[in-house]
Amino acid sequence: MKFLEQLPNFLFFTGKGGVGKTSLACATAVQLADSGKRVLLVSTDPASNVGQVFGITIGNKITPFDSVPRLSGLEIDPQAAAQVYRDKIVGPVRGVLPENVVKGIEEQLSGACTTEIAAFDEFTALLTDEVIHRDFDHVIFDTAPTGHTIRLLQLPGAWSGFLDEGKGDASCLGPLAGLEKQREKYKSAVEALSDPNRTRLILVTRAQASSLREANRTHDELSAIGFKRQYLVVNGVLAQADTKEDPLALAVWRREQAALGAMPDGLKTLPIDFVSLKSFNLVGLPALRQLLVEGVVVSQDAVVTLPPLQAPDLATLVDSLVGEGHGLIMLMGKGGVGKTTIAAAVAVELASRGYPVHLTTSDPAAHLAETLEGFLENLTVSRIEPHAETERYRQHVMETKGKDLDTQGKALLEEDLRSPCTEEIAVFQAFSRIIREAGKKFVVMDTAPTGHTLLLLDATGAYHRETARQLGPSGITFTTPMMQLQDSKKTKVLIVTLAENTPVLEAAGLQGDLRRADIEPWAWIINNSLAMANPTSALMRQRASNELEQIDAVTKQHAKRWAIVPLQAEEPIGVKRLRKLARHTAACFPIALPSSLVAW
Amino acid sequence: MTKIQVYDPALCCSTGICGVDVDQEKVTFAADVDWFKSQGGEIERFNLAQQPMAFVENPTVKGFLGRSGAEALPLILVDSQVALAGRYPRRAELAKWAKIRLALTDPQQGVCCSGNRSEPSC
Repeated sequence: MKFLEQLPNFLFFTGKGGVGKTSLACATAVQLADSGKRVLLVSTDPASNVGQVFGITIGNKITPFDSVPRLSGLEIDPQAAAQVYRDKIVGPVRGVLPENVVKGIEEQLSGACTTEIAAFDEFTALLTDEVIHRDFDHVIFDTAPTGHTIRLLQLPGAWSGFLDEGKGDASCLGPLAGLEKQREKYKSAVEALSDPNRTRLILVTRAQASSLREANRTHDELSAIGFKRQYLVVNGVLAQADTKEDPLALAVWRREQAALGAMPDGLKTLPIDFVSLKSFNLVGLPALRQLLVEGVVVSQDAVVTLPPLQAPDLATLVDSLVGEGHGLIMLMGKGGVGKTTIAAAVAVELASRGYPVHLTTSDPAAHLAETLEGFLENLTVSRIEPHAETERYRQHVMETKGKDLDTQGKALLEEDLRSPCTEEIAVFQAFSRIIREAGKKFVVMDTAPTGHTLLLLDATGAYHRETARQLGPSGITFTTPMMQLQDSKKTKVLIVTLAENTPVLEAAGLQGDLRRADIEPWAWIINNSLAMANPTSALMRQRASNELEQIDAVTKQHAKRWAIVPLQAEEPIGVKRLRKLARHTAACFPIALPSSLVAW
Repeated sequence: MTKIQVYDPALCCSTGICGVDVDQEKVTFAADVDWFKSQGGEIERFNLAQQPMAFVENPTVKGFLGRSGAEALPLILVDSQVALAGRYPRRAELAKWAKIRLALTDPQQGVCCSGNRSEPSC
């Protein structure tokens, strides 16, 4: 494995949820510890399951692993870090300032920026701590998903600029009071991060077009902020030998090979490793020790018997979705679970039944949605382009609120509008425009506001509730976007996940966040299920049976309603294939394959 | 030298761009503070959400908060004396307090005299 050669002190694994960052980080940590290195494995992922992988409890203190000599773990929980930060600020004034003032402060400090910065602060400490440097040869970070990571990593750059140039009061730096004192710490953290002799960044992807595009985007963004030395690991690649004449497996293999063949140019130049798809779940030490060993074939002769899986299909779910013939349908879930595909399938299913539907996507590579344009009379398709929306919003603010400012003032406002909050607000505004249509037709979205945006929404909601209370008797009615989301008659939230450990955990976390905002998810959709596709090859059947535990968890613990969508042999593009995706009448039989594939 | 202290309400950011709607007053004031500093003026801002101790440690500010609540902020002290509350000062006010001359070409000059703004120094 190239990414394991001549390792520097710090290793970062990055990639979207479900690609296997945690497994790779854990396997790397074990391998290094086994080879005699002293290793610290750090998880900054809010949905960390490092402890679960090793079957132990790790917390926010460095904990040695009894089972692996020389290996220790640490979990940084951004929420907990933010709480510590909040307590530090609010604690001394509690009981001193009026109670509602203290409450107002707490509300402001519960924003995403606070969480972001508090987590970053902890993470910076690890990069610069002398003791850690002395006690460990390698520190391995199983970082949070891409967008989050990027912001985390972008901050030190911004900080240095801020400190060196003495620029104005850049907004997002605000929460770190006493910045001056931290100056040296941040400076050396920035140096450590951008020094390839000390830091290596490992992009993790799957052999899928969308996953590779995402990795390429991360590669570009991180290169731009100074991470020049990057490695690529393509995880979970199906070996041709494992297809064993299983038509579904063969189709998957062909699709993966095609995706790898069309790998974005930016990634081709990186050192690349391939990790083959394993039949076993990556939990426990023996499994982890096998992950990075090349050429080991685990015995797969015993073909697992799969119980027939009875589950509602997407079309059945749509039956109960129809309701009043209009409304907002939001597909939520981490990147890579197939939100856009499911959104398109739901939209096509509804439109085919004669309802007016507006499908809107923010997926930057949504040719899928484009292939639908014009095929169904009552289906319109639009896109929310985050970059374009942000640019438009920036210009709008500059032209309205910024118009009377002098040059210097304009420059300051422009600087502030580069904060990550701006994009969220811009996308939120685009989103608000579209959801107004949901009173007349179905609006299906693969975009959902992020946690921070929800907080903003909530702020509006809270404000309006307060107004409503004051205006109560006057009978003025209104609806904010948040109120619309909270009303299950108007909005149905569908959580999309995969029948795998991390995606299910992440989806459950998302459901928790939504519930805190008083939004009750309406149904769960398990996408790309092998168990539902009834494969024949030993490896695929083993993996299908591994899904059952997760499917059980979703149906018994998490979801009120659910549907399972089988893994498709063909990329679900176009009206015909999308409709096929929604209907699954033959759950227990191998899926029908096009004759060309069977012949092949 | 005159020292101006601004006690802000609990803000996510001082320009107000983090809100659902950008607050014109905050945007303008952020620009004015920037301008004031560039003229050599001494001005300090305290965000209630981030530096509440600064509010507690100053008896004038603490008393103000206790009496009028956070909704009465911002509070502006000039050389430790209350100079303004409930709104942000205009550029001309900052200049007057610190005895800085406003350049005639300054676009803010026109703004402060127009419409509903009653600026005594204009």
